[in-house]
Amino acid sequence: MISNTLPQSLIDNPILSQWIAFEEKGRVRVGSGKVEIGQGILTALTQIAAEELDLRAEQINLVSGQTDVSPAEGFTSGSYSVAVGGASIRLVCAEVRALFIDRVAEKMRCSPGELTIEDGKFLRSGKDTGRDYWSMAGEIGLERRATGTAPVKRPSSYKIVGKHLPRLDLPAKVMGAGFIHDIVSQNILHARLLRQPWRGAHLAALDENAVRKAARTPIDILREGEFVAFTSDSEVAVMRAAEAARAFAKWNGGAPPPSDVGTPDWLKAQPSRDKTTDAGLPGRVSNGPVIEASYSRPFLTYGSIATSCALAEFENGALKVWSHSQGPAVLRDWLARALGLPAAQVNVFHRQGAGAYGHNTADDAAFDASFIAMRHPGRTVRVQWPREDEFAAAPISPAMAIKLRAALDADNRPADWSIEIWSPPHAQRPGMNGNSNLLGAEALPNFPPQKELNDVPDERGGGATRNGVAIYDLPSHRLIHHLLPLVPMRTSSLRGLGAWANVFAIESFMDELAESAGEDPVSYRLSLLSDPRPRRVVETAARMSRWFEQRDLGEGRALGFGFARYKNIASFAAVVVEIEVEEEIQLKKIWCAADAGLVIAPDGARNQLEGGIIQGASFVMREQVRHEDGRVANKTWEDYPILRFSDIPEIEIELIDNPNEPTLGLGEASVGPAGAAIGNALARALGKRIRDLPLTRERIMATLLAE
Amino acid sequence: MAESIKLTINGHPVSVAADGTMPLLSVLREELNLRGSKFGCGTEQCGACMVLIDGKPEYSCSREVASVTGRSVITVEGLSKNGELHPLQQALLDEQAGQCGYCLSGILISAAALLAKNPAPSRANIIAALDPHLCRCGIHNRVIRAVQKAGAVLASAKP
Repeated sequence: MISNTLPQSLIDNPILSQWIAFEEKGRVRVGSGKVEIGQGILTALTQIAAEELDLRAEQINLVSGQTDVSPAEGFTSGSYSVAVGGASIRLVCAEVRALFIDRVAEKMRCSPGELTIEDGKFLRSGKDTGRDYWSMAGEIGLERRATGTAPVKRPSSYKIVGKHLPRLDLPAKVMGAGFIHDIVSQNILHARLLRQPWRGAHLAALDENAVRKAARTPIDILREGEFVAFTSDSEVAVMRAAEAARAFAKWNGGAPPPSDVGTPDWLKAQPSRDKTTDAGLPGRVSNGPVIEASYSRPFLTYGSIATSCALAEFENGALKVWSHSQGPAVLRDWLARALGLPAAQVNVFHRQGAGAYGHNTADDAAFDASFIAMRHPGRTVRVQWPREDEFAAAPISPAMAIKLRAALDADNRPADWSIEIWSPPHAQRPGMNGNSNLLGAEALPNFPPQKELNDVPDERGGGATRNGVAIYDLPSHRLIHHLLPLVPMRTSSLRGLGAWANVFAIESFMDELAESAGEDPVSYRLSLLSDPRPRRVVETAARMSRWFEQRDLGEGRALGFGFARYKNIASFAAVVVEIEVEEEIQLKKIWCAADAGLVIAPDGARNQLEGGIIQGASFVMREQVRHEDGRVANKTWEDYPILRFSDIPEIEIELIDNPNEPTLGLGEASVGPAGAAIGNALARALGKRIRDLPLTRERIMATLLAE
Repeated sequence: MAESIKLTINGHPVSVAADGTMPLLSVLREELNLRGSKFGCGTEQCGACMVLIDGKPEYSCSREVASVTGRSVITVEGLSKNGELHPLQQALLDEQAGQCGYCLSGILISAAALLAKNPAPSRANIIAALDPHLCRCGIHNRVIRAVQKAGAVLASAKP
């Protein structure tokens, strides 16, 4: 059964009318604070609402991320959108449906059980009653608290949920439309900024005449503290100005990161706040061998294909902002604070950008446009970031060092297990730790000093510790978290946060333990998985890939395995990869089995799992942000390669049907297992393991030559 | 600096008053309000801005507009005819080949050029044609299936 306890979004937005309205005949407005970031959420939420209200999907007008009418649901992140946002919409719609049914039954003097709903019309014993949601709406006050007690539909009766509904946003996108970047206004003032190259940097010198000359068309220059913006009616002029300014600007002060920032040695040398968490039987002693291994990943960036964009208009003391922020309501609150406006005077409208995959510069762009708009009342200020700034000034995903240790028992199973994690926080979205974390605001004079940084709390899945606890049967478990709060960069959330690095380490270590025991790595894992649910996922992936058939793959080829349950509470995913290695890794084939409980949008789920596999593969094979002279050294896609068409093999996905279990978030589930499977396949192909990411050609060559 | 630049866009002759050194992409988006072609990097590395110039896929983000004087440019808006989707656009929808969709405008252009030459491309042919395009969401395999499907539709439509 699907649980009826109130999800967080409904606790935060408890009034039914915050979620639903019957304003337009034949259509229902359903609000959501969760936003489309390419994951298909609008389609999935529409399916849930239509199902519970007995409407057709096209009768749902889902208004997402419009802060004056949509519920405030924090950030669209952490694979919570369907599991929490969707669960809230399900309960709200079930309750509203029940209120209407009861009222119609009272009017008709019949029992509610005689009534059904079709496309919003009430039928009594199958016959039209002449009443519908819209004719009855005036009689039912929705200004009441949701109780979450109305019965929801049974999964076995679903007609829309779990069935294929084509993505609602794709028809516009195949025509090249539908993005925030495409909004047209008669009154646009284009703006570009000069960004600080590191936090706290001071602009010592800028040759404004040279910048104006480079722009070729007249521009205005707005300077307040370290906030420097170029504005013009011509977009090309401000693009040219920003490019020139980047080259001419001289900076000093602040906290430029050193060139070795992010290496395991550097991380371990940083001041830390330490926390140890024990589970199981502490102090269990084993006389067996002890195995230890250390793994690391570098700094990464989210790398959307679009650069961030925002528009803002300020008129009569009110600010309107169009943004592809992942948290429109949070953005509204922090824009208001940073700009000294009452929150009620700020309205954020979510519009779609490119895929986000984590904390990107959307909120920063929104601040940039808003700040400039307040100095140009009546104009629509449009900001779009240059690609180079996306690499240089975006929030950065933390480098991490991870050490694993297991003392084995007589059967070569871990009797005592510990994991030690060094990482800066994965949490500097707007408002986190009481900081605005908005780049433009940080550049202004008298910006308040940064409040102490913490990571995402464990009850929200943790940041660096996410998936730090291995899912296997381990009698004694210790997790030591070294939070590095003084790392000078704006470290924040990238898809999965610390999860995929921890999964990479744990799953690599599982293979190392199996190898030391002389056992097959999948059999070894199964011997440590007593719960039938994860066993089934592991076994399914093994069957799909014919893992146990001991095929002769040929010279330089190998299979690798990786498995995890995202956050230990969301979806299960197991991935097998087949690779060929000469000087670098070539992916030959990938198989994935996943259990996500009740799946709302099956094709969307497959799309997310496949996308996660490709992104996870790209992370471990290619990606690394490097620093030189205090700045990010990656300036273009050539310096930050991601996987391309020619790198990607065919991928087979099997969703394990489990409709009677609650929906589990799956957007991030396959990322870690895919990366781990590649690392394990590489170790099997080379006969030697590379524990520091990324698994580049240089590292593979060095490993081969070291023999 | 503004000069009058004549070219053909999506089959229509157009004259734009623009600085000839402006990027073609800026002229398309800002001057002609054709906002289908996207800015991704500005350095010819991601393919979001791809257009057909005399039938050949070319980056438009740093290409000076004066260099296309007298030539024919097709953008994603020019693929559909009389409101009817190009078979490639329909195939992308049929395969649900999109997540965020930002890369699709450019991919459609390169795929259209490929199918014009070879309506029955192999997986390897498609990969070679689309390799200039970056996609971060991971829809590559869906796009490859869609291109094959559209090729079959185009081939069967020919007399």
